[in-house]
Amino acid sequence: MAAGGIFNHSATHPLSRSRGIWSALHIDPLLMLLLLILIAGGLVVLYSGADQNMAVVKAQGIRMGIALAVMLVFAQFDPAVFRRWAPWLYALGLAGLIAVLLVGVGAKGAQRWLAIPGLPRFQPSELMKLVVPMMVAWYLSRHYLPPRLRHLGVALLVALVPMVLIILQPDLGTSLLVGAAGVFAVFFAGISWRLIGAFFAMVSVTAPLMWFFGMREYQKQRVLTLLDPQSDPLGAGWNIMQSKTAIGSGGMDGKGWLQGTQSHLEFLPESHTDFIVAVLAEEFGFIGVLALLVLYLLIILRCLYIAATAQDSFSRLLAGALTMTFFLYVFVNVGMVSGLLPVVGVPLPLVSFGGTSSVTLMAAFGVLMSIQTHRRMITA
Amino acid sequence: MPWGEFKDTAAERRLFQRRTLVMMILVVISLGLLIARMYQLQVVEHDIYTTLSDKNRVQVQSVAPPRGLIYDRNDQLLAENRPVFSVTLVPERVGDMEETLAKLHRMLDISDEDMERFRRRLLEPRRPFQELPLRYDLTEQEIARLAVHRHELPGVEVSAELVRYYPHSELTAHALGYVGRINREELQRIDPINYAGTNYIGKSGVERFYEELLHGRVGYEHVETNARGRTLRVLERQNPVPGEDIRLHMDLRLQRLAHELLDGRRGAIIAIEPSSGGILALASVPGFDANQFVTGIGVEAYRSLSESIDRPLFNRALRGQYPPGSTLKPMLAVAALDSGVTTREKTIWDPGYFQLKEGGRRYRNWKRTGHGWVNLMDSMAQSTDTYFYQVGVEMGIDTMHEYLSAFGFGEDATLDVSGALSGLLPSKDWKRAVHNEPWYPGDSVNLGIGQGYMLATPLQLATATSVIANRGSWHEPRLLRDVMGDRATDDVLPSGTHKSIELKNQGDWEFIVDTMEAVMHGSKGTARGAAKDAPYRMAGKTGTAQVFSLAEDEEYEEEEVRERLRDHALFVGFAPVDDPQIAVAVIVENGGSGSGTAAPVARALFDAWLLGFPEEGEALIVGEPEEGAN
Repeated sequence: MAAGGIFNHSATHPLSRSRGIWSALHIDPLLMLLLLILIAGGLVVLYSGADQNMAVVKAQGIRMGIALAVMLVFAQFDPAVFRRWAPWLYALGLAGLIAVLLVGVGAKGAQRWLAIPGLPRFQPSELMKLVVPMMVAWYLSRHYLPPRLRHLGVALLVALVPMVLIILQPDLGTSLLVGAAGVFAVFFAGISWRLIGAFFAMVSVTAPLMWFFGMREYQKQRVLTLLDPQSDPLGAGWNIMQSKTAIGSGGMDGKGWLQGTQSHLEFLPESHTDFIVAVLAEEFGFIGVLALLVLYLLIILRCLYIAATAQDSFSRLLAGALTMTFFLYVFVNVGMVSGLLPVVGVPLPLVSFGGTSSVTLMAAFGVLMSIQTHRRMITA
Repeated sequence: MPWGEFKDTAAERRLFQRRTLVMMILVVISLGLLIARMYQLQVVEHDIYTTLSDKNRVQVQSVAPPRGLIYDRNDQLLAENRPVFSVTLVPERVGDMEETLAKLHRMLDISDEDMERFRRRLLEPRRPFQELPLRYDLTEQEIARLAVHRHELPGVEVSAELVRYYPHSELTAHALGYVGRINREELQRIDPINYAGTNYIGKSGVERFYEELLHGRVGYEHVETNARGRTLRVLERQNPVPGEDIRLHMDLRLQRLAHELLDGRRGAIIAIEPSSGGILALASVPGFDANQFVTGIGVEAYRSLSESIDRPLFNRALRGQYPPGSTLKPMLAVAALDSGVTTREKTIWDPGYFQLKEGGRRYRNWKRTGHGWVNLMDSMAQSTDTYFYQVGVEMGIDTMHEYLSAFGFGEDATLDVSGALSGLLPSKDWKRAVHNEPWYPGDSVNLGIGQGYMLATPLQLATATSVIANRGSWHEPRLLRDVMGDRATDDVLPSGTHKSIELKNQGDWEFIVDTMEAVMHGSKGTARGAAKDAPYRMAGKTGTAQVFSLAEDEEYEEEEVRERLRDHALFVGFAPVDDPQIAVAVIVENGGSGSGTAAPVARALFDAWLLGFPEEGEALIVGEPEEGAN
């Protein structure tokens, strides 16, 4: 493969003139545009999913505004800053997770929130979605890549500790996303395919053990329900049946905005949060879903491009891991709502109603923009 | 350590970029998988999910037709439908029944009886998703309170329902009957489709007989409901066909008068229009308020009605089977004349008793000293038992049975009167079958004065009297006058099967009527006091029926026992003689004598019908009741 690699980036890009303005603001215009389209479209769907409750849409709009601001703030930092701060942030995150287990607040049998007087309530587990890939990237980029087995072990441990702490809350969805962020960083670092093969072999052995010893009853139930939703049509299977019905009845071009019967007649649960893609599918049909998924694909491809053209290992690993975490959100959420995956509490990124995850996600995009816009004028 | 300084950065970058390419492929494949999944759901299996979605939201609901109204002959409303707001529960949609009931109990005034009745209905078989009423007649405040808490009460609805209401129920309950909630047996019998939205069915009386006519045809609604089962809008509607309104022969004024005349006593009055057979009044006193049966009567209230010594639920007019006594004599006189056993002129000596043979048992005349030489006219006017003992024996049971049958005794001769009984018209075969004994001449003696085995209902007596008023032609008693809608009255009213009674000498009818006129207007007539100063001529016959025993397991006060052992007072008659407008049968239980108690009641009815109804406060009973006669 030629020097410079697959993704060529040079200072003499045709767009370099206009890039100058965006570069000064530390904004990637293409990514910004795609995100704004996604957020705006999300608010339109949310208005319908929240049963035309304008207050919900306003609250989400404000949240998105805050998230955009956070993104811009993050974009202003040089990636080197994140690299320097990674260990400290990681330590802080672990302390937060332990504090949640000890003094956290929450609802529905799970402690997820930390309420420190004087600060807004927040979930340390959300912070870890950013910090774990940072920490793994920090650790691996200190050594030669591809990493040695010893380094791999430490890197996986870095991801595993917060995972376990989050599972204890319990919050399986977030834990998997945090762990996945770490694993993606390891993958990008160049872990050998043999080791990947060994990993999957190990998973297939430990999965049954997890089933019998590691998983809680409600988590098992979700898996069983996925396999046969009709087995419990009024209980756990209800959500899946109703969301599949909403999606399927939408057809090719949907029932029309605000015309979805499944969501508006309250058959569809969580229609403005985790199951919002079913509202989109019902009202805008397959075409709407296709547009959404293509939009996500473009965002992800743009981010992977940023990762591939980043200037140092830390930035590359971090950008790659964050991007794939974002992808995982999309895949798990849509897979769950369409009945391909078990029901885990993963929102549709930047569309579902909810605060913390949007801010975290936009912060991640801030990091990506930072990587894209803080380039030293040397060619590698 | 300076970052990347000692590392092969180009090699690292190439490695990373290869990995990124792998990830891109993974992302494209994964999102492609999601798109394929969506295509499968939205395009390939679209029809399946459209059906599921419609099944979710669209429910077919039946719409009960409004029940036909019932009017009297003057278009006075006797049975109407009132909207009643009730709180109902759909057990299939109620999560925790006990908790829901507890919540409702705190919110509404729910009596123990309501609760008990609801729990009983909960256990009974019912249609799926049927609404079970918990309490009726909600106040506006209660409806508002329920609306506020509606979200925490799944499966609980406030439903407006048209419920039958009888504005004059105490007067009309025995004639109209009533509707009530469909019970287990009725559920088996009815057409499940046509009754899909109906909660009430005619239980007795007119409501029962004309159920099919009054009910109408069910309608349908396709409604959109949300996940909690609340109806949001109607998508499609096929209107029900309302039940037919009907008009009865009954005159509410006469019905009211009949009740007032018997007020405080127990008895029955039947008034028939002879020319049509239409029942003008059907009173059984005491009556009851049928409205409490419509929505389901409580156990306590029902017990007090069913265990009352006055038996208000017992329909004396249709189901009270009494020995007719002397009120049977006009029909027996017809039989005696026509069979040739006696003639208009034939006289007999009445010593005060009758004997089958010299020295045998003495069958006593009501007047111990006897009436002396009497012919048929005298015997009718004075109600001479001795004369009728003799003609009874001479006719024999077969002849009497034949003639009395022709007058409708021993059968339910009505066209549309639900629940009417047949009484008992004895015969040789009957006695052999029931008592395993032959018919003795003494049985004929007793039957000659309407005693012995013979039993008749007030309705049967009025019917037979009406046949005499018609000089032999039959118009079976009926309640329905006409159907006010599209249906022809003849289609719904059964046709009569009775043939007119042809006498060998049709002139004998006039003679019999004359003898009955003599009862009222003759100088020795037993009811002459009741007919005093009447501006029209009337015909009648008094009667007295002995009370033999009371039910033994009932504990009555001694005073009451004595009162209840008195004879029943009876009267049959019609007026005016030449153009009969009204025929009546009156029985006053334990009223004493027919002439003293029952005849004046009949006079009041005649006066009202022929001369006009009395004003408020006007005396109901006119004339001078004769004391001492039978």
